[in-house]
Amino acid sequence: MNFWRGITAILRKDVLTELRSKETVSTLSVFALLVVVIFNFAFELRVENAHQIAPGVLWVALAFAGVLAFNRSFLLEREGGCMEGLRLMPMERSVIYVGKLLANILFMLLAEAIILPIFAALFDVPILNAALWMVIVLGTIGFAAAGTLFAAMAVNTRAREVMLPILLFPIAVPVLIASTKSTAQILDGQPLFEIYAWIRLLLAFDVIFIVLALLSFEHVLEE
Amino acid sequence: MTRMDSEQQNTWAVETKGLSKFFGHIIALHEVNIKVPYHQLVTIIGPNGAGKSTLMRILSTLSRPSRGQVYVDGLDVGKWGAEIRRRIGYATHQPLLYNDLSVRENLRFFGHMYGVPDLETRIQQLLAKVELLDRQHDTVRTLSRGMQQRLAIARAVLHSPTILLLDEPYAGLDQHATELLTHLLHEWLSSGSTILMTTHDLNWAARISDKVLVLLNGRLVHQTEASALSEKHIRELYRQYAGGGL
Repeated sequence: MNFWRGITAILRKDVLTELRSKETVSTLSVFALLVVVIFNFAFELRVENAHQIAPGVLWVALAFAGVLAFNRSFLLEREGGCMEGLRLMPMERSVIYVGKLLANILFMLLAEAIILPIFAALFDVPILNAALWMVIVLGTIGFAAAGTLFAAMAVNTRAREVMLPILLFPIAVPVLIASTKSTAQILDGQPLFEIYAWIRLLLAFDVIFIVLALLSFEHVLEE
Repeated sequence: MTRMDSEQQNTWAVETKGLSKFFGHIIALHEVNIKVPYHQLVTIIGPNGAGKSTLMRILSTLSRPSRGQVYVDGLDVGKWGAEIRRRIGYATHQPLLYNDLSVRENLRFFGHMYGVPDLETRIQQLLAKVELLDRQHDTVRTLSRGMQQRLAIARAVLHSPTILLLDEPYAGLDQHATELLTHLLHEWLSSGSTILMTTHDLNWAARISDKVLVLLNGRLVHQTEASALSEKHIRELYRQYAGGGL
Protein backbone atom coordinates (compact mmCIF):
# COMPACT_ATOMS: atom_id res chain seq x y z
CA MET A 1 0.00 0.00 0.00
CA ASN A 2 2.72 2.44 1.09
CA PHE A 3 4.84 1.24 -1.82
CA TRP A 4 2.31 2.09 -4.53
CA ARG A 5 1.18 5.28 -2.82
CA GLY A 6 4.77 6.53 -2.81
CA ILE A 7 5.37 5.51 -6.42
CA THR A 8 2.26 7.26 -7.71
CA ALA A 9 3.09 10.39 -5.67
CA ILE A 10 6.60 10.57 -7.15
CA LEU A 11 5.37 9.87 -10.69
CA ARG A 12 2.61 12.48 -10.37
CA LYS A 13 5.08 15.02 -8.97
CA ASP A 14 7.57 14.44 -11.82
CA VAL A 15 4.82 14.72 -14.45
CA LEU A 16 3.54 17.93 -12.84
CA THR A 17 7.07 19.38 -12.75
CA GLU A 18 7.53 18.45 -16.42
CA LEU A 19 4.18 19.97 -17.42
CA ARG A 20 5.28 23.16 -15.72
CA SER A 21 8.87 23.34 -16.97
CA LYS A 22 8.48 21.41 -20.28
CA GLU A 23 12.21 20.85 -20.23
CA THR A 24 12.84 17.10 -20.25
CA VAL A 25 10.69 15.86 -23.15
CA SER A 26 11.52 18.86 -25.35
CA THR A 27 15.29 18.58 -24.66
CA LEU A 28 15.21 14.84 -25.27
CA SER A 29 13.28 15.16 -28.51
CA VAL A 30 15.37 17.98 -29.94
CA PHE A 31 18.64 16.25 -29.05
CA ALA A 32 17.58 12.90 -30.53
CA LEU A 33 16.27 14.61 -33.66
CA LEU A 34 19.57 16.41 -34.13
CA VAL A 35 21.46 13.11 -33.90
CA VAL A 36 19.12 11.48 -36.40
CA VAL A 37 19.40 14.39 -38.84
CA ILE A 38 23.20 14.58 -38.54
CA PHE A 39 23.56 10.85 -39.21
CA ASN A 40 21.13 11.11 -42.10
CA PHE A 41 23.38 13.63 -43.85
CA ALA A 42 26.66 12.07 -42.70
CA PHE A 43 25.95 8.67 -44.28
CA GLU A 44 24.68 10.02 -47.61
CA LEU A 45 21.86 7.54 -47.42
CA ARG A 46 20.63 5.58 -50.37
CA VAL A 47 17.44 3.54 -50.32
CA GLU A 48 19.36 0.26 -50.43
CA ASN A 49 21.49 0.91 -47.34
CA ALA A 50 19.01 2.87 -45.21
CA HIS A 51 17.62 -0.23 -43.49
CA GLN A 52 21.11 -1.32 -42.44
CA ILE A 53 22.03 2.02 -40.88
CA ALA A 54 18.68 3.23 -39.51
CA PRO A 55 18.42 0.90 -36.44
CA GLY A 56 21.88 1.89 -35.20
CA VAL A 57 21.17 5.58 -35.71
CA LEU A 58 17.85 5.32 -33.90
CA TRP A 59 19.28 3.60 -30.83
CA VAL A 60 22.36 5.85 -30.67
CA ALA A 61 20.03 8.86 -30.69
CA LEU A 62 17.75 7.35 -28.04
CA ALA A 63 20.67 6.29 -25.85
CA PHE A 64 22.33 9.71 -25.87
CA ALA A 65 19.01 11.47 -25.31
CA GLY A 66 18.18 9.04 -22.49
CA VAL A 67 21.37 10.01 -20.66
CA LEU A 68 20.19 13.64 -20.68
CA ALA A 69 16.83 12.61 -19.25
CA PHE A 70 18.30 10.46 -16.47
CA ASN A 71 20.77 13.15 -15.45
CA ARG A 72 18.05 15.78 -15.34
CA SER A 73 15.72 13.53 -13.39
CA PHE A 74 18.07 13.48 -10.39
CA LEU A 75 19.46 16.99 -10.80
CA LEU A 76 15.93 18.22 -10.11
CA GLU A 77 16.00 16.28 -6.85
CA ARG A 78 19.33 17.84 -5.88
CA GLU A 79 17.98 21.36 -6.20
CA GLY A 80 16.92 22.66 -2.79
CA GLY A 81 17.96 19.38 -1.17
CA CYS A 82 14.85 17.58 -2.43
CA MET A 83 16.64 14.23 -2.53
CA GLU A 84 17.03 14.49 1.24
CA GLY A 85 13.33 15.29 1.44
CA LEU A 86 12.62 12.04 -0.43
CA ARG A 87 15.05 10.08 1.75
CA LEU A 88 13.11 11.29 4.80
CA MET A 89 9.93 9.60 3.62
CA PRO A 90 8.77 6.69 5.78
CA MET A 91 9.01 3.99 3.12
CA GLU A 92 11.52 1.71 1.46
CA ARG A 93 13.89 3.72 -0.71
CA SER A 94 13.20 1.43 -3.66
CA VAL A 95 9.93 3.41 -3.92
CA ILE A 96 12.00 6.39 -5.08
CA TYR A 97 13.68 4.22 -7.71
CA VAL A 98 10.43 2.87 -9.14
CA GLY A 99 8.79 6.30 -9.15
CA LYS A 100 11.74 7.89 -10.96
CA LEU A 101 12.03 4.91 -13.34
CA LEU A 102 8.38 5.17 -14.39
CA ALA A 103 8.74 8.91 -14.95
CA ASN A 104 11.89 8.39 -17.04
CA ILE A 105 10.22 5.67 -19.13
CA LEU A 106 7.20 7.89 -19.69
CA PHE A 107 9.30 10.88 -20.79
CA MET A 108 11.44 8.72 -23.08
CA LEU A 109 8.38 7.14 -24.71
CA LEU A 110 6.84 10.57 -25.27
CA ALA A 111 10.06 11.78 -26.89
CA GLU A 112 10.20 8.61 -29.01
CA ALA A 113 6.66 9.22 -30.22
CA ILE A 114 7.84 12.62 -31.45
CA ILE A 115 11.11 11.40 -32.98
CA LEU A 116 9.97 8.24 -34.74
CA PRO A 117 7.75 9.79 -37.45
CA ILE A 118 10.59 12.14 -38.44
CA PHE A 119 13.07 9.27 -38.29
CA ALA A 120 10.75 7.23 -40.54
CA ALA A 121 10.54 10.07 -43.05
CA LEU A 122 14.30 10.68 -43.13
CA PHE A 123 15.32 7.01 -43.41
CA ASP A 124 12.31 5.85 -45.37
CA VAL A 125 11.46 3.05 -42.97
CA PRO A 126 7.99 1.85 -41.89
CA ILE A 127 7.23 2.45 -38.22
CA LEU A 128 3.59 1.36 -38.05
CA ASN A 129 4.58 -2.05 -36.82
CA ALA A 130 3.54 -3.54 -33.47
CA ALA A 131 6.73 -5.61 -33.19
CA LEU A 132 8.89 -2.51 -33.67
CA TRP A 133 7.04 -0.64 -30.93
CA MET A 134 7.32 -3.65 -28.63
CA VAL A 135 11.11 -3.63 -29.11
CA ILE A 136 11.25 0.12 -28.55
CA VAL A 137 9.26 -0.16 -25.32
CA LEU A 138 11.31 -3.11 -24.02
CA GLY A 139 14.60 -1.44 -24.98
CA THR A 140 13.50 1.82 -23.33
CA ILE A 141 12.53 0.00 -20.11
CA GLY A 142 15.89 -1.81 -19.92
CA PHE A 143 17.94 1.27 -20.71
CA ALA A 144 15.95 3.42 -18.28
CA ALA A 145 16.20 0.76 -15.55
CA ALA A 146 19.99 0.90 -15.66
CA GLY A 147 20.08 4.64 -16.38
CA THR A 148 17.90 5.58 -13.40
CA LEU A 149 20.07 3.55 -11.03
CA PHE A 150 23.35 4.99 -12.31
CA ALA A 151 21.97 8.54 -12.44
CA ALA A 152 21.20 8.26 -8.72
CA MET A 153 24.83 7.22 -8.16
CA ALA A 154 26.33 9.85 -10.45
CA VAL A 155 24.31 12.80 -9.18
CA ASN A 156 26.41 13.09 -6.04
CA THR A 157 29.72 13.04 -7.89
CA ARG A 158 31.47 16.19 -9.05
CA ALA A 159 31.71 15.22 -12.74
CA ARG A 160 28.14 13.89 -12.84
CA GLU A 161 27.43 14.70 -16.51
CA VAL A 162 30.50 12.73 -17.60
CA MET A 163 30.15 10.05 -14.95
CA LEU A 164 26.70 8.82 -15.99
CA PRO A 165 27.54 7.74 -19.58
CA ILE A 166 30.82 6.21 -18.38
CA LEU A 167 28.96 4.11 -15.81
CA LEU A 168 25.88 3.40 -17.89
CA PHE A 169 26.99 2.51 -21.42
CA PRO A 170 29.17 -0.52 -20.60
CA ILE A 171 26.34 -2.01 -18.51
CA ALA A 172 23.62 -1.14 -21.02
CA VAL A 173 25.48 -2.62 -24.01
CA PRO A 174 23.42 -5.87 -24.02
CA VAL A 175 20.15 -3.90 -24.11
CA LEU A 176 21.39 -1.62 -26.88
CA ILE A 177 22.70 -4.54 -28.97
CA ALA A 178 19.49 -6.54 -28.55
CA SER A 179 17.37 -3.49 -29.36
CA THR A 180 19.41 -2.57 -32.43
CA LYS A 181 19.54 -6.13 -33.79
CA SER A 182 15.85 -6.77 -33.33
CA THR A 183 14.95 -3.36 -34.80
CA ALA A 184 17.10 -4.18 -37.85
CA GLN A 185 15.41 -7.54 -38.33
CA ILE A 186 11.94 -6.01 -38.00
CA LEU A 187 12.78 -3.31 -40.55
CA ASP A 188 14.11 -6.05 -42.86
CA GLY A 189 10.65 -7.60 -42.71
CA GLN A 190 11.72 -10.79 -40.94
CA PRO A 191 8.93 -12.74 -39.18
CA LEU A 192 8.45 -12.39 -35.43
CA PHE A 193 9.78 -15.86 -34.56
CA GLU A 194 13.12 -14.85 -36.12
CA ILE A 195 13.59 -12.08 -33.60
CA TYR A 196 12.13 -14.00 -30.68
CA ALA A 197 15.57 -14.70 -29.20
CA TRP A 198 16.43 -10.99 -29.10
CA ILE A 199 13.12 -10.13 -27.49
CA ARG A 200 13.64 -12.78 -24.82
CA LEU A 201 17.08 -11.31 -24.17
CA LEU A 202 15.57 -7.83 -23.85
CA LEU A 203 12.93 -9.11 -21.45
CA ALA A 204 15.56 -10.89 -19.38
CA PHE A 205 17.73 -7.76 -19.14
CA ASP A 206 14.73 -5.62 -18.18
CA VAL A 207 13.90 -7.97 -15.32
CA ILE A 208 17.54 -8.35 -14.20
CA PHE A 209 18.23 -4.59 -14.20
CA ILE A 210 15.03 -3.76 -12.32
CA VAL A 211 15.53 -6.47 -9.68
CA LEU A 212 19.20 -5.51 -9.14
CA ALA A 213 18.28 -1.85 -8.86
CA LEU A 214 15.51 -2.58 -6.34
CA LEU A 215 17.93 -4.59 -4.23
CA SER A 216 20.73 -2.05 -4.35
CA PHE A 217 18.96 1.31 -4.34
CA GLU A 218 18.91 1.60 -0.53
CA HIS A 219 22.73 1.48 -0.57
CA VAL A 220 22.99 3.81 -3.58
CA LEU A 221 21.20 6.52 -1.61
CA GLU A 222 23.33 6.06 1.49
CA GLU A 223 25.58 8.96 2.32
CA MET B 1 3.62 -7.89 20.74
CA THR B 2 5.62 -7.13 17.58
CA ARG B 3 9.40 -7.26 17.28
CA MET B 4 9.41 -3.47 17.12
CA ASP B 5 7.40 -3.19 20.36
CA SER B 6 9.73 -5.59 22.14
CA GLU B 7 12.81 -3.66 21.03
CA GLN B 8 11.38 -0.23 21.74
CA GLN B 9 12.93 1.52 24.74
CA ASN B 10 10.60 4.39 25.42
CA THR B 11 12.44 6.11 28.25
CA TRP B 12 13.77 8.96 26.13
CA ALA B 13 12.59 10.69 22.98
CA VAL B 14 16.18 10.73 21.76
CA GLU B 15 19.10 8.87 23.26
CA THR B 16 22.65 8.42 22.03
CA LYS B 17 25.29 6.23 23.66
CA GLY B 18 28.91 6.75 22.68
CA LEU B 19 27.89 8.19 19.31
CA SER B 20 30.85 8.95 17.03
CA LYS B 21 30.92 9.98 13.40
CA PHE B 22 34.03 10.12 11.24
CA PHE B 23 34.48 11.58 7.76
CA GLY B 24 37.79 10.03 6.77
CA HIS B 25 40.24 11.27 9.37
CA ILE B 26 37.93 14.09 10.51
CA ILE B 27 36.07 13.44 13.73
CA ALA B 28 32.66 15.10 13.40
CA LEU B 29 31.23 13.62 16.61
CA HIS B 30 33.13 11.98 19.42
CA GLU B 31 31.51 9.79 22.08
CA VAL B 32 28.36 11.89 22.31
CA ASN B 33 25.87 10.81 24.97
CA ILE B 34 22.60 12.70 25.06
CA LYS B 35 19.18 12.06 26.52
CA VAL B 36 16.21 14.12 25.42
CA PRO B 37 13.10 13.68 27.59
CA TYR B 38 9.65 13.55 26.02
CA HIS B 39 7.54 16.71 25.76
CA GLN B 40 10.48 19.07 26.16
CA LEU B 41 12.18 21.58 23.90
CA VAL B 42 15.89 20.85 23.97
CA THR B 43 18.34 23.07 22.13
CA ILE B 44 21.83 22.18 20.97
CA ILE B 45 24.11 25.16 20.63
CA GLY B 46 27.60 25.34 19.27
CA PRO B 47 29.73 27.24 16.76
CA ASN B 48 30.08 26.30 13.07
CA GLY B 49 31.65 22.88 12.68
CA ALA B 50 30.68 21.75 16.17
CA GLY B 51 28.83 18.74 14.76
CA LYS B 52 25.24 19.93 15.31
CA SER B 53 24.01 19.24 11.79
CA THR B 54 25.84 15.89 11.67
CA LEU B 55 24.07 14.88 14.86
CA MET B 56 20.69 15.94 13.48
CA ARG B 57 21.30 14.05 10.23
CA ILE B 58 22.09 10.88 12.17
CA LEU B 59 18.97 11.27 14.32
CA SER B 60 16.85 11.75 11.20
CA THR B 61 18.35 8.58 9.60
CA LEU B 62 19.92 10.59 6.74
CA SER B 63 23.38 9.58 7.90
CA ARG B 64 24.69 6.51 9.70
CA PRO B 65 26.72 6.68 12.90
CA SER B 66 30.29 5.39 12.66
CA ARG B 67 30.15 4.09 16.23
CA GLY B 68 27.73 3.99 19.14
CA GLN B 69 24.03 3.50 19.59
CA VAL B 70 21.27 5.90 18.64
CA TYR B 71 17.61 5.60 19.63
CA VAL B 72 14.80 7.83 18.45
CA ASP B 73 11.43 7.35 20.16
CA GLY B 74 12.97 4.21 21.64
CA LEU B 75 13.86 2.70 18.25
CA ASP B 76 17.35 1.90 17.01
CA VAL B 77 18.12 4.09 13.95
CA GLY B 78 20.12 1.29 12.36
CA LYS B 79 17.15 -1.10 12.36
CA TRP B 80 13.99 0.96 12.19
CA GLY B 81 14.79 3.74 9.74
CA ALA B 82 11.43 3.86 7.95
CA GLU B 83 9.42 3.69 11.20
CA ILE B 84 11.55 6.45 12.77
CA ARG B 85 11.06 8.63 9.69
CA ARG B 86 7.30 8.22 10.15
CA ARG B 87 7.56 9.52 13.72
CA ILE B 88 9.90 12.46 13.20
CA GLY B 89 9.64 15.77 11.41
CA TYR B 90 12.90 17.24 10.15
CA ALA B 91 13.60 20.73 8.93
CA THR B 92 16.97 22.18 8.12
CA HIS B 93 18.35 25.41 6.65
CA GLN B 94 17.78 23.84 3.20
CA PRO B 95 14.04 23.93 2.45
CA LEU B 96 13.84 20.41 0.84
CA LEU B 97 11.09 21.72 -1.44
CA TYR B 98 10.44 21.62 -5.19
CA ASN B 99 10.96 25.03 -6.76
CA ASP B 100 8.73 24.35 -9.78
CA LEU B 101 5.76 23.25 -7.69
CA SER B 102 3.41 25.58 -5.84
CA VAL B 103 3.24 25.83 -2.06
CA ARG B 104 0.14 23.64 -1.92
CA GLU B 105 1.46 21.12 -4.49
CA ASN B 106 4.60 20.65 -2.41
CA LEU B 107 2.61 19.93 0.73
CA ARG B 108 0.23 17.70 -1.24
CA PHE B 109 3.16 15.66 -2.57
CA PHE B 110 4.73 15.14 0.85
CA GLY B 111 1.32 14.52 2.37
CA HIS B 112 0.67 11.71 -0.12
CA MET B 113 4.08 10.24 0.62
CA TYR B 114 3.27 10.23 4.36
CA GLY B 115 -0.29 9.03 3.80
CA VAL B 116 -1.77 11.95 5.76
CA PRO B 117 -5.54 11.49 6.22
CA ASP B 118 -7.84 14.37 5.21
CA LEU B 119 -4.86 15.97 3.54
CA GLU B 120 -6.45 19.08 2.05
CA THR B 121 -7.86 20.17 5.42
CA ARG B 122 -4.52 19.54 7.08
CA ILE B 123 -2.72 21.60 4.42
CA GLN B 124 -5.25 24.41 4.86
CA GLN B 125 -4.68 24.45 8.63
CA LEU B 126 -0.91 24.45 8.32
CA LEU B 127 -0.80 27.15 5.66
CA ALA B 128 -2.92 29.32 7.92
CA LYS B 129 -0.56 28.66 10.83
CA VAL B 130 2.58 29.58 8.90
CA GLU B 131 0.73 32.50 7.25
CA LEU B 132 1.17 31.32 3.67
CA LEU B 133 -2.47 30.88 2.67
CA ASP B 134 -2.35 33.84 0.31
CA ARG B 135 0.72 32.38 -1.45
CA GLN B 136 -0.55 28.78 -1.68
CA HIS B 137 -0.76 28.78 -5.50
CA ASP B 138 2.60 30.47 -6.08
CA THR B 139 5.61 28.36 -6.97
CA VAL B 140 8.25 27.94 -4.27
CA ARG B 141 10.77 29.65 -6.55
CA THR B 142 8.90 32.95 -6.11
CA LEU B 143 8.90 32.85 -2.29
CA SER B 144 11.38 34.72 -0.13
CA ARG B 145 13.93 32.80 1.92
CA GLY B 146 11.90 33.32 5.08
CA MET B 147 8.68 32.13 3.42
CA GLN B 148 10.44 29.01 2.13
CA GLN B 149 11.65 28.33 5.66
CA ARG B 150 8.12 28.66 7.03
CA LEU B 151 6.88 26.27 4.33
CA ALA B 152 9.71 23.86 5.17
CA ILE B 153 8.53 23.83 8.77
CA ALA B 154 4.95 23.19 7.62
CA ARG B 155 6.29 20.27 5.57
CA ALA B 156 8.12 18.91 8.61
CA VAL B 157 4.99 18.84 10.77
CA LEU B 158 2.54 17.84 8.02
CA HIS B 159 2.21 14.25 9.29
CA SER B 160 1.93 15.29 12.97
CA PRO B 161 5.25 13.78 14.10
CA THR B 162 5.84 13.06 17.77
CA ILE B 163 9.45 14.29 17.61
CA LEU B 164 10.57 17.39 15.72
CA LEU B 165 14.21 17.75 14.71
CA LEU B 166 14.92 21.32 13.63
CA ASP B 167 18.38 22.23 12.37
CA GLU B 168 18.79 26.02 12.53
CA PRO B 169 15.06 26.66 12.01
CA TYR B 170 15.46 30.39 12.66
CA ALA B 171 17.96 30.87 9.83
CA GLY B 172 16.65 33.43 7.35
CA LEU B 173 13.55 34.37 9.35
CA ASP B 174 12.65 37.99 9.98
CA GLN B 175 11.46 39.25 13.37
CA HIS B 176 7.79 38.49 12.74
CA ALA B 177 8.51 34.99 11.40
CA THR B 178 10.84 34.32 14.34
CA GLU B 179 8.06 35.14 16.78
CA LEU B 180 5.61 33.09 14.73
CA LEU B 181 7.90 30.05 14.82
CA THR B 182 8.47 30.41 18.55
CA HIS B 183 4.71 30.54 19.07
CA LEU B 184 4.27 27.41 16.91
CA LEU B 185 7.02 25.55 18.76
CA HIS B 186 5.24 26.14 22.05
CA GLU B 187 1.93 25.13 20.51
CA TRP B 188 3.42 21.84 19.29
CA LEU B 189 5.06 21.28 22.66
CA SER B 190 1.78 21.75 24.49
CA SER B 191 0.14 19.27 22.11
CA GLY B 192 2.62 16.61 23.25
CA SER B 193 5.49 16.87 20.77
CA THR B 194 9.16 16.74 21.67
CA ILE B 195 11.46 19.22 19.95
CA LEU B 196 15.21 18.97 19.47
CA MET B 197 16.63 22.05 17.81
CA THR B 198 20.02 23.47 16.93
CA THR B 199 20.81 27.17 16.89
CA HIS B 200 23.62 29.69 17.13
CA ASP B 201 21.43 32.05 19.04
CA LEU B 202 22.23 31.93 22.74
CA ASN B 203 19.46 34.27 23.76
CA TRP B 204 16.75 32.29 22.00
CA ALA B 205 18.12 29.03 23.33
CA ALA B 206 17.98 30.30 26.90
CA ARG B 207 14.55 31.90 26.45
CA ILE B 208 12.57 29.18 24.77
CA SER B 209 14.18 25.86 25.75
CA ASP B 210 13.73 23.51 28.67
CA LYS B 211 17.25 22.20 28.36
CA VAL B 212 20.40 23.32 26.55
CA LEU B 213 23.23 21.12 25.29
CA VAL B 214 26.56 22.63 24.26
CA LEU B 215 28.42 20.87 21.45
CA LEU B 216 32.00 21.87 20.67
CA ASN B 217 34.40 20.20 18.27
CA GLY B 218 32.14 17.16 18.08
CA ARG B 219 31.99 16.70 21.84
CA LEU B 220 29.11 17.33 24.19
CA VAL B 221 30.79 19.58 26.71
CA HIS B 222 27.89 20.78 28.78
CA GLN B 223 24.20 20.21 29.40
CA THR B 224 21.99 22.17 31.71
CA GLU B 225 18.44 23.24 32.38
CA ALA B 226 17.77 26.43 30.45
CA SER B 227 16.54 28.13 33.61
CA ALA B 228 19.99 27.66 35.14
CA LEU B 229 21.74 29.13 32.14
CA SER B 230 23.25 32.55 31.75
CA GLU B 231 24.70 33.93 28.55
CA LYS B 232 27.91 34.74 30.39
CA HIS B 233 28.15 31.10 31.42
CA ILE B 234 27.85 29.84 27.83
CA ARG B 235 30.32 32.39 26.50
CA GLU B 236 32.79 31.20 29.09
CA LEU B 237 32.24 27.63 27.94
CA TYR B 238 32.86 28.64 24.33
CA ARG B 239 36.06 30.41 25.25
CA GLN B 240 37.20 27.49 27.33
CA TYR B 241 36.63 24.79 24.75
CA ALA B 242 36.82 26.51 21.40
CA GLY B 243 39.00 29.50 22.11
CA GLY B 244 36.47 31.77 20.40
CA GLY B 245 33.02 33.24 20.52
CA LEU B 246 29.88 32.70 18.55
